[in-house]
Parts: sequence; C-alpha cells; structure tokens
Amino acid sequence: MWYYAHMSIMKTSSKLSLIDYIGNFNVRWGINRGSYRVNPGLYSLGTPSEESPVLVTANYKLSFDMLRKSLQGYSVWILVLDTKGINVWCAAGKGTFGTVELLHQIQSTDLNNVVSHRKLVLPQLGAIGIAAHEVKKISGFQVIYGPVKASDIPEFFENNFKVTKGMREVQFTLWDRLVLTPIELVHSIIPMFIISLVLSAIYGFSNLMSILFYLFIAVLAGAVITPALLPFIPSRSFSLKGALVGAILSLFTFLWITPSNILLFISLISMMTVISSFLAMNFTGSSTYTSLSGVKKEMSRAVPMQFGFLVMGVILFIINRFMGV
Amino acid sequence: MKQVYLKNVSTLTLDSEKCTGCGMCTNVCPHNVFSIQDNTAVINDKDLCMECGACEKNCAFDAVHVKSGVGCAAGIIYGTLRGTEPTCNCSGGGCC
Ligand code: SF4
Ligand code: SF4
Repeated sequence: MWYYAHMSIMKTSSKLSLIDYIGNFNVRWGINRGSYRVNPGLYSLGTPSEESPVLVTANYKLSFDMLRKSLQGYSVWILVLDTKGINVWCAAGKGTFGTVELLHQIQSTDLNNVVSHRKLVLPQLGAIGIAAHEVKKISGFQVIYGPVKASDIPEFFENNFKVTKGMREVQFTLWDRLVLTPIELVHSIIPMFIISLVLSAIYGFSNLMSILFYLFIAVLAGAVITPALLPFIPSRSFSLKGALVGAILSLFTFLWITPSNILLFISLISMMTVISSFLAMNFTGSSTYTSLSGVKKEMSRAVPMQFGFLVMGVILFIINRFMGV
Repeated sequence: MKQVYLKNVSTLTLDSEKCTGCGMCTNVCPHNVFSIQDNTAVINDKDLCMECGACEKNCAFDAVHVKSGVGCAAGIIYGTLRGTEPTCNCSGGGCC
C-alpha cells in the first residue's frame, strides 16, 4: 500500500507495555514528568487504510496511552499535536491544542494524501482550543467532537460516530479525584518542611517532629481528604470545605497529641485550618467544574480570612513561646 | 452526582437573534449547559457553566459569549503576582 511509503508515519499499538504502566505511575507522582512526551505527528495503529478514521490527541503520554489502549481491535490513524507534553484539556485552554497547531499537523503529515475522507475525530475537551468551522474553512477537514473519555470510543464507533448524551458530560468521580491527589501531596512536601523548620526555630528544634506531624495532618486534610470527599462536604466553596475538614481533623489529632496549653491549641488549630483551606482552594485548578469568575469570587472572600487566621496563629505561637504562658 | 460550584457567577451570554440552532454548542459543552428547543439554543442552567469557552470558540455565528479562563486558584495567584491574566503554570507536564 503506497501510503506506508510515507516517511513520517510512525507505528503504535493498542497494547501498553510494563514500561508504559510504570511511566504512567511516575507521571501521576510527578516523577520525571517532562520526559514523558510523545513525538508529534501521524501514527498508524493496526493496519489502517485510506478510509480509516483519524483521531487527534495531545502529545502528553497519558492522553496518548489512554487513547491507544481503548482502540484494541481497531485500525485507525492517530494524529498527535505538539502540546508540549500537556494533556488535551489544559493544552486546549492554553491554546497549544489549537486550530493553528491542528492545521500545521494536517499539513506537515500530508494527511490530505494519506486518507481519502475529510473527517477528523477530536476529543470533545479539545473544543476549548479548536474552532471547528475555521479548520473546515482552511483545510477542508470536518471536525467531529468525539466522547470526553477515550474509553467510550468503541461505542462511539459502533454508534456511527455519534456521541450519546452521557459521553458528552465531564464527570468528576472519586477515582478521578484520587488520581490527582499524589501530585498535590508531592507539591506540598517542600513548603511543609520549610514551615516546620521556621516554626521549630521559634519553638525549639526538639519539637520538629510533632510540628511536622501537625502539618502533615493539615496537608492530608486539604490535599487528600477534601478532594476525595469533595461532594459530601458541606458548602460550595472549596476553601470552606478545606477549612472544615482541617479544623475537624486537627481536633481529632489533639485528642491524641494534646497541645500543652490553650494558646498553643488555638494557634495550631488556626494554622492547620488555614493550610488545609489553602490547599483545598488550590484543588479548584484540578476540578472539572469550577469557573474563573467563581474562583475569583471565592478567593476574594477566602484569602483575607486565611491570611487573618494565619497571622493570628503565628502571633499566638510566638506569644506562647516567649511569654511562657 | 452533579457537582455545582458558586451560583450566579458565570459570564455566559447567548444572543438568540444570531443563533441558527446549528447545535454545535450542545456538542462541545462538557456540562450540558445548552439544549436546542424550537431551532434555537437555550441555556438550561447557567450555574453549571465552568467558563471553558468551548461554546464561544465553536459557534460559527458569534451567538455565544463567555469570558473564558481557568478556574484555578493557583493560576489566579500566579497571574496576580506577575500582573497578567490568570494562567496555569503547568510547565511541568500535567496541569494546575
Ligand atoms: S453554536 Fe451558536 S448558532 Fe449554533 S446553536 Fe449554539 S449558539 Fe446557536
Ligand atoms: S463556557 Fe464551557 S461550560 Fe460554559 S456553556 Fe460554554 S461550553 Fe459549556
């Protein structure tokens, strides 16, 4: 078949190797993230013909792997855009998964001569960066927005390239939220150590371990428990959810390791609540339903409060240390 | 379970005069904000909108508008510190 003579076409398969799985685990934990990019360009999966569908994705390893894993038994073309190793949704928001890059890849892979049809299947979330009507006008290719989740693609194929209603909506399940928590944890480690060092510099380094422990509980509350239980915690505001969980968890911790006096008690609970609240607020970026206007509004209320409680906590901490109450 | 964020904040607007009822907005919206009734788009529930901007970008008739951006606290802090629009600093790979 003549089109296999195309120099630029790379081969891939729907089978993930052990190396892929290890790589994906590492990506989740933020290990070696940068090196898990896929080469942009055109790939053949199975034995596609000039009539086979063309699926478009980002060159983020997880996006690419999820896509090919869901294509077992199919023969398709996969067009990988250069999104600098960022997933479809975020890249579309930044514009790297965008109209210009798509047109560029159509041209540089000579897609016109590889397939006879003029249809491209894009992940629906790519729509944030792609103007379908412009792609059509300039390249002649019609953009079809496929399902949000790659795992729905076989059903989408069977359904004559029609998306059913459930495939359109972005979910945010417990599992979706949990896979995001490792990276939140990893990001908190260094700040947590710095804060512990500063606090124990004030309080005496013999307390480093217990201070670390308190902070760890606060991070756990804000970066793991709040995201996991998100829909079940009262309030719509992420920072309030985090504050609530942080406060409750610190109280439980105090049952176990009780602060020596009331000042220290108030100081610790304020700081732990603030840390949890702040981390939970940051989870807005990972959630799939918060809006820019909403987060701005939430922050305009939450940040002054967090700052106030933090200052109060620190002042009480210092008073407690030097007044020897 | 449908998760809803703050009420009455979305900047989404729909100009029914310009709308042709082509249905593209219903195809791209990740939260089912639109539906087509009597050949024109209607907003079902504005509070579900996450201001992603997919509808505006894909409406060939300029009928939908929304001030889009990332609903991401870190992005807003980062933007404020640098005096720019909110941006997610996801240089590392994943996002926000
Ligand atoms: S995409 Fe635009 S023209 Fe088409 S239905 Fe939606 S609002 Fe109307
Ligand atoms: S901005 Fe996004 S979430 Fe809001 S209506 Fe448009 S497509 Fe839907």
